Amino acid sequence: MNAIKNWVTRGGYASFVILALILLVAFPLLMDIFRLNLVGKYLTYGFVAIGLVMLWGYGGVLSLGQGVFFGLGGYAMAMFLKLEASDPESTAIQSTPGIPDFMDWNQLTELPMWWLPFKSLPLTLIAVIAVPTLLAFIISYAMFKRRVGGVYFAIITQAVALILTVLIIGQQGFTGGVNGMTDLKTLMGWDIRDDSSKYILYFVNVGLLLDAILLCRWIQLSKLGTLLLAMRDKEDRVRFSGYDVSMFKVFAFCLAAALSAVGGAMFTLQVGFMSPSFVGIVPSIEMVIFAAIGGRMSLVGAVYGTLLVNFGKTYFSESFPDLWLFLMSALFIGVVMGFPNGLAGLYESHIKPRLMRRKPDAPEAAPAASTELHSSVATSPTAPADIGLSGKVSSQSA
Amino acid sequence: MTFDEIYNITLMQGFAGLSLFAVLLLMGLGLAIIFGQMGVINMAHGEFMTIGAYTIFLFSSLTESLAPGLIQVYFPVAIVCAFLIAFTFGWLAEWALIRHLYRRPLDTLLATWGLSLGMQQLFRSTFGPKEVSPTLPDWLMGSWAPTEGLDIPINGMFVLGLTIFVTGCVLLALYKSRWGLRVRATVANRTMANATGINTTRTDRLTFAIGCGVAGVAGAAFTTIGSTGPTSGSLYIVDAFLVVTFGGAASLWGTVVSAFGIAQTQSISEFFLSGSNAKVLTLLMIVTILMLRPQGLFAAKVRR
Amino acid sequence: MSNTDFVLAVEDLTVSFDGFKAIDNLNLYVDRGELRVVIGPNGAGKTTLLDLICGKTRASAGSIKFKNEEMTKLPEHMIVRAGIGRKFQTPSIYENLSVFKNLEVSFPRGRGVFGALAFKCDDEVRNKVMEVAEMIGLSDRLELESGLLSHGQKQWLEIGMLLMQDPELLMLDEPIAGMSARERELTADLLLRICKNRSVIVIEHDMAFVSRIAHKVTVMHQGKILAEGSMEKVQADPKVIDVYLGH
Repeated sequence: MNAIKNWVTRGGYASFVILALILLVAFPLLMDIFRLNLVGKYLTYGFVAIGLVMLWGYGGVLSLGQGVFFGLGGYAMAMFLKLEASDPESTAIQSTPGIPDFMDWNQLTELPMWWLPFKSLPLTLIAVIAVPTLLAFIISYAMFKRRVGGVYFAIITQAVALILTVLIIGQQGFTGGVNGMTDLKTLMGWDIRDDSSKYILYFVNVGLLLDAILLCRWIQLSKLGTLLLAMRDKEDRVRFSGYDVSMFKVFAFCLAAALSAVGGAMFTLQVGFMSPSFVGIVPSIEMVIFAAIGGRMSLVGAVYGTLLVNFGKTYFSESFPDLWLFLMSALFIGVVMGFPNGLAGLYESHIKPRLMRRKPDAPEAAPAASTELHSSVATSPTAPADIGLSGKVSSQSA
Repeated sequence: MTFDEIYNITLMQGFAGLSLFAVLLLMGLGLAIIFGQMGVINMAHGEFMTIGAYTIFLFSSLTESLAPGLIQVYFPVAIVCAFLIAFTFGWLAEWALIRHLYRRPLDTLLATWGLSLGMQQLFRSTFGPKEVSPTLPDWLMGSWAPTEGLDIPINGMFVLGLTIFVTGCVLLALYKSRWGLRVRATVANRTMANATGINTTRTDRLTFAIGCGVAGVAGAAFTTIGSTGPTSGSLYIVDAFLVVTFGGAASLWGTVVSAFGIAQTQSISEFFLSGSNAKVLTLLMIVTILMLRPQGLFAAKVRR
Repeated sequence: MSNTDFVLAVEDLTVSFDGFKAIDNLNLYVDRGELRVVIGPNGAGKTTLLDLICGKTRASAGSIKFKNEEMTKLPEHMIVRAGIGRKFQTPSIYENLSVFKNLEVSFPRGRGVFGALAFKCDDEVRNKVMEVAEMIGLSDRLELESGLLSHGQKQWLEIGMLLMQDPELLMLDEPIAGMSARERELTADLLLRICKNRSVIVIEHDMAFVSRIAHKVTVMHQGKILAEGSMEKVQADPKVIDVYLGH
């Protein structure tokens, strides 16, 4: 018990534990499955946001093309699910049964070669990570070896996002075009659309996200994390200390890409479709704002930022659609001009000192953490423990 | 297809590419001034173009309803106003936003993206989500057919003339005027320029505003080849950035050459491939070349 | 002369920027254990010379041999790994990190991506940090954020970061610029101590400092070597006097 307590306070994991409790306990207890599924969808962007914390906050490299990797991961997963949904029996009315419906509509009579690996789940899972990471490696290796960075890199990644979107939309017969891949049903015979599987997918998603945060935290605390920070501030000094600076940036970019891809695959599983509207320039840059709002230096902050912006987006675009873009615009400008370190920065500079002041004799951050902990649990007793079940029933009847 | 037909088609696609070239060049020119000279990435540049396009639309509707007789002559006046209005908005944006963000290029990029979102919504609230087209004067319509099977649209040639005129003015201003001298001095050494009595703050603001004004003219040119919607500008922003980086950020001549190359590649390949494939091909070529030669086509070698 | 005993042999080195030759057909040889000072008026090409040796700038022609290995084609980090350390003119340290971390990060282990991930700060690293911190006089400042150090201490810290790697050739660009008289004294002592088992090239303007530390002085002018030899010999050279005192 003490060992855990030490780990929590020493490594600065208090905020991580709070986040884990909110995601694993509070949300599932407080929300019906419809809302929870929505949160799950937002959290898939959280993968992109924590990737950006590593790449942008730590590495100082801004990518405006993270949607590319999110999309590639999502599409890889969607291709597998689409093939499973397109078995010869359910597609018997097509002129060529057994191929995805959009291929049939576009007069394709045979499954293209490069679709074949996606008949196998293991190969698909490998592709989810490997394809985006490989693309990230090629792009970043070519650019960082030639010392292209900063603004140029951002523009090139944006161009890549544009290329991929145009390609997906243009190659309708192979990709489903602008509608994307829809009508995804089962994963190895397991129906991903019913409520119980949505619960399972939510927890798998949260588990992966928390693991990803721990992985990134571990990297931050290693020498590699120190080097990334050092590079961001004094690149030449790192280079002339015998480090191949470009390879560290390549690593950060590949890491961010792989994380985004996992997010994309989880998105497909939870939402049940994938389309080019999650790939292009606009979603890519929106993902940057998630990380910026949460705080570009804080992994946990990035997840909160993602949730907050997306709750805001859903709320405003339902209630005041005209206001949402103005608000988004204000968010971009405000966060950059007013508080460049985002919510996490505000917490560090305003709230934390006050918490500390209130309890001057409290040892380190542990008390602050435990009060937070209690408050998050304290809200749940008002709702009975079976709220998850009743929520499930109501959403099923709806 | 006979050789003659291919020749004519290539020529016609080439001329069609000239309109795209004009818009890209005017967009790129404004960006190049702002980025190359000040190091600021203006993601809202496309929206300044849209301002220009809506200005033309506003002028044409006003002329139609108030003084229908003037419909043949309103266009040049509107172009000047497009420049002035975009210039004013650029001036304001620099004062309110950009000046606080010098030396933080990546943050400028995000802030101006935010600005572009706000401007798009402003257009949507003001002019509605539908695309609009101004009534163009008759003399801009039709085409010129020097030989059989060859049709060259007049609006394309007009836009080309306009582009050459504006480019000439910008180059002249940059290399012959007092402002140009100040800009170049500021680029070379900001501290020193300040010390010699150049008001660099004012120079920056003027530079940014002129860049935006040129984008406004690009918008005017744009109305002759497409209809204007709230997001029209954002469709060109990536291409315009590629034009600037491809040409070599500090070189205006490079911007001209790369705008021409990109527009022609796109336009000519569009005839042989589908539109989206042509776009992919063009973008892929640019990105590949930029990866191999990141400094762009024209870049100066400096002692650092 | 391709095989030599020199640590560093620079031959026929030329670099031009758009036709302007910043370094023009330059030859320079540095012995093992030698402390060489390079002086010359502003714009003589001193810093450019160091940039060329450490790979920051690429030569247009000529060769740079370090322990008989050609350096001109190697990437910067490989030149560092071969044993050449370079200190920049303005102190270049990681201001947000503690003095200890600054030195630790400079330790030459775990230089690859995955090596850095697996890197552990063991006793070997700690002892080396202590040893170097002792040498540069920052033993009692190890936990201090390095941005809070004085200007002179920052310069020493950067020298310390280079010493962590035990380079065989150390190049220092104006190490005492902006230092107090007392700090200059200490720096001179430090330089004399660290050149015991390595070669050092120093760029400096302060003649009192130069005559205190230099084994040999090289005078550069307009990208060429004007004179070379002991301090007295160089100071008496009419060409040198002409360059320094005007035409």
